[in-house]
Amino acid sequence: MNNIRHTVPDDLLMGYAAGALPQPFDLVVATHVSLSDDARARLAGFEAVGGAVLEEMEGAALADDSFDRTLARIAGKAPEPYRAPSRGIFPTPLQRVVGGDEGAVKWKSIGMGARQALLCSEGEATARLIFIPAGQAMPQHSHRGMELTLVLKGAFRDDGGLYARGDLEVANEEVDHTPTAEPGEDCICLIATDGRLKFTRLLPRIAQPFFGI
Amino acid sequence: MPFALRMHRGTGRVVTGPADSEGQWAARIAAIATTRDQAAFAEVFRHFAPRVKAFLMKSGADAALAEECTQDVMATLWHKAHLYDPSRAAVSTWIFTVARNRKIDLLRRYARPEPEDLPWGPVDAPDQADALAMQQETTKLAEAIRSLPEKQRLLIERAYFGDLTHSEIAAETGLPLGTIKSRIRLALERLRHAMM
Repeated sequence: MNNIRHTVPDDLLMGYAAGALPQPFDLVVATHVSLSDDARARLAGFEAVGGAVLEEMEGAALADDSFDRTLARIAGKAPEPYRAPSRGIFPTPLQRVVGGDEGAVKWKSIGMGARQALLCSEGEATARLIFIPAGQAMPQHSHRGMELTLVLKGAFRDDGGLYARGDLEVANEEVDHTPTAEPGEDCICLIATDGRLKFTRLLPRIAQPFFGI
Repeated sequence: MPFALRMHRGTGRVVTGPADSEGQWAARIAAIATTRDQAAFAEVFRHFAPRVKAFLMKSGADAALAEECTQDVMATLWHKAHLYDPSRAAVSTWIFTVARNRKIDLLRRYARPEPEDLPWGPVDAPDQADALAMQQETTKLAEAIRSLPEKQRLLIERAYFGDLTHSEIAAETGLPLGTIKSRIRLALERLRHAMM
């Protein structure tokens, strides 16, 4: 929980706090924050700014029966229960999208033992899970726009160093990287991109339209 | 016993400080959580519902949708009052997050992914000093926002109304967020420690 070495940058946290991120990025940030106390504290700081902005607003006129209708909405509904965090590998926000933990993922093979599952998209942005067998490289790729990679299981290494569970790598389009799963354990990552990934080697580039990476 | 509850208990009403101070809002939320106090809820509604509605309208909702959504947000506060932790957020912060999430649910039509709750659940006794420190930091933050140059203040507001895309948002706000962050960090560590 507290050994996160690579964490989310402030502008993404503020974007999350303000509700300005596309859904796939929201998912990665919410999942990362679930695993990192530092990110949680920084996010709370940006949400406090939102609270202060709300507090300073000049109020809008409410409907005459606004309060009564609110009471009517309240009546008969039980208090919202506390939701205990997940016990699985996937934190709760991810489990909600997947429909369960690791075992519920509908993987599709992308060759050489690697697998992926598309989770959600909004505009050009997509979120997917990637499974890389222990010791193997993810197909070499670059991408338009920003790419967030959050490690959920195992670890990978690339030019930026070693990334283990809870670590988040932020890559821009200049990065032409080849994350390689550490030996010993298969690696599962949650990845959000705001442009299509482009594979840089010939074969994967041909395969790209079929796999929709 | 929660700090805010202790202030509240026995009198049936809030006892110290100006009526709209951070501590008073926390006490009202505690009263809603523990005794389903409708008078306390009415106070919270009177102050925050018009602001929530204005926030939703500035974010692009028409008046009818904003009204509907405001009632929904206020009802959610009632149902979630027992989950509010004054050592980790001011009431205005908490209400902002509820309003923001509903805004995304309604305007963008997807269930917003939220971080999972902390492993220990809502605690019986939020640390009194932490809660107080959080209230003071929040008051300071509001003052700092008020004293920003207008151009910068408007930019921050626009970011939070959703007028800026994520690539336009600059996290450099010029606001003293370092202290509030360390306070929250401290509160998290204390909680973790107490629960292990």
